Amino acid sequence: METLKFDLDTKPLREVNQFLHGDASSLNGKVIVIENPNGAHNIAVGLKAELDITIKGHAGYYAAGMNQIAKVTIEGSAGSGVAENMMSGVVHVKGFASNAAAATANGGLLIIDGDAGLRTAIALKGADVVVGGSVGSFSAFMAQAGNFVILGDAGEGLGDSIYEAKIFVRGKVKSLGADCEKKTTSAEDRQILADLLVKAGHANVNPDSFQQYGSARTLYHFHVDNAGAY
Amino acid sequence: MSDDKTKDVVHKTPQTTPRYSATFDEYTNSEIRRAAATGIYDIRGAGSKRKLPHFDDLLFLGASVSRYPLEGYREKCGTDVVLGTRFAKKPIHLKTPVTIAGMSFGSLSGSAKESLGRGATAAGTSTTTGDGGMTQEERGHSETLVYQYLPSRYGMNPDDLRKADAIELVIGQGAKPGGGGMLLGQKITKRVAKMRCLPEGIDQRSSCRHPDWTGPDDLEIKIAELREITDWEKPIYVKIGATRPYFDVALAVKAGADVVVLDGMQGGTAATQEVFIEHVGLPILAAIRPAVKALQDLGVYRNGKNSVQLIVSGGIRNGADVAKAIALGADAVAIGTAALIALGDNDPHLEAEYQKLGTTAGAYDDWHEGKDPAGITTQDPELMKRLDPIKAGHRLANYIAVITMEAQVVARACGKSHLHNLEPEDLVALTIEASAMAQVPLAGTSWIPGVTKF
Repeated sequence: METLKFDLDTKPLREVNQFLHGDASSLNGKVIVIENPNGAHNIAVGLKAELDITIKGHAGYYAAGMNQIAKVTIEGSAGSGVAENMMSGVVHVKGFASNAAAATANGGLLIIDGDAGLRTAIALKGADVVVGGSVGSFSAFMAQAGNFVILGDAGEGLGDSIYEAKIFVRGKVKSLGADCEKKTTSAEDRQILADLLVKAGHANVNPDSFQQYGSARTLYHFHVDNAGAY
Repeated sequence: MSDDKTKDVVHKTPQTTPRYSATFDEYTNSEIRRAAATGIYDIRGAGSKRKLPHFDDLLFLGASVSRYPLEGYREKCGTDVVLGTRFAKKPIHLKTPVTIAGMSFGSLSGSAKESLGRGATAAGTSTTTGDGGMTQEERGHSETLVYQYLPSRYGMNPDDLRKADAIELVIGQGAKPGGGGMLLGQKITKRVAKMRCLPEGIDQRSSCRHPDWTGPDDLEIKIAELREITDWEKPIYVKIGATRPYFDVALAVKAGADVVVLDGMQGGTAATQEVFIEHVGLPILAAIRPAVKALQDLGVYRNGKNSVQLIVSGGIRNGADVAKAIALGADAVAIGTAALIALGDNDPHLEAEYQKLGTTAGAYDDWHEGKDPAGITTQDPELMKRLDPIKAGHRLANYIAVITMEAQVVARACGKSHLHNLEPEDLVALTIEASAMAQVPLAGTSWIPGVTKF
């Protein structure tokens, strides 16, 4: 397999991104390495071809933002909004992720090996997110759909105003947000969790060691009894 | 005998006529009763309904001895506008400065979105998506389509982003600066729910903040991301509700906006709390001059390619409003409520049906309930059929043509060969309030409160 290398020390990011947006038929199957990212923002955003990209270091904001189809591996840590609004594909952060990882992501899988910051999986719209470490406060805020797996702990206000997304936490939850409650894990949900653990490289972790959370669905309609929550 | 008569008159105490309180007026009392009965705040559509200082409080000074007018109908008076000259490879070229404001599919029916697309395209202008994503009705019938990028990101996907002609990053809107949208269950049909990835029939609350950025430094990176994804082709607008226009416009420019959209409190919404609509934000008249000042101070006002264009909205109704907004410094305007009225919203011929809904033509604003007899602010398939997108689009195109021509009439009278040559010096104000807000002299004086001494 041919490997293409881009060095961000010498090549402007704009040119790299434009190359990566080229005709899918000429890009599909390409293996690409991006060197010297040095925390640059917006690396490999808007991909829409079957690419296998490795970022050799730390990425800034919105790495692999709006990803479609491609597989992106960040060997270091990622700034805010990694894989934001991802549609499909896989984004793997080997280090830590900052705030709003996978914000509004519709599809695909985001794997974070380390910890993730505030508002992880905020407004999640269908993607899968697996965090090997812990997540910060207000994670899964208004999360609409998708599966969010946390091997470590969760901060305050987990799942505030959550819709139909599913959260699985192995560690402690500091507090739950409005309308988020403990759920009993069905056989179907256990399978979803088990599959995600395998896909994210945690095959040795027991799915039964997780507590599931989801929406109590009491805020779905405006009602006088909910006035305190509005 | 005569004594008895006198006695009668004296004993009848004169009564005063019944007097309503100006503070506790009929509407206020009805609102108190409504609140007491339901226990939840009032939600409605449209913009501020109170009387506000507005363009009506300004007048143009036509040409006479000191200024030279242009011949109506004959001498050229340009109306075209280019938006997004600063960074985008493909700026937007419009024939008229009257654009269609962002309104969502969900709040509006598919046929209403199609009508807006058809009308705008015929008039040579742009239309704009809204919360909930891009529909085929709209993309298919809009030659120039601006794609809104909103806090909720409902229906947001990169394929649609690439299909758009420009991107409007929405931070706020005039009807509810600092608030998110609402779409109540009646309108969350299967199609709307699927587009927004929500359970059918719920009362949806859109977020009020973007999920993945906070503050102007982040905004700059977010704008750069949108540019990178679209290979720097598309103009990027930033839309703000009028609150602190000088600072907000300056920060939007610094963050890299190509165009700033500034919406006053008269601008409509599909649904939000009445208290929010009427008590938060500025009337558009008070916001334009500070916004222009920010552009001037940053060297991006009417400065060739390095310009940031300003679109203003909120209560634009006719060509005089268009001309006044431009004279105060706008490059273009956006219409929402007026466009819906042109399509047939609140039309008197539906009076009997409005009465059944407990309202009257012209006052109907319960758009969130989805029962619009005109088939515009509804997702009811039967009601939707009442709006013929071809005829409604035609009415909208007519209306835009009329207000563009009206603006030209005024501009020619002031001796201008292009609408953009109108300037604040062409205006005076009828009230002290309007004079202070628009920073033009009170008619018959040289006084501008806050600027010059009386």
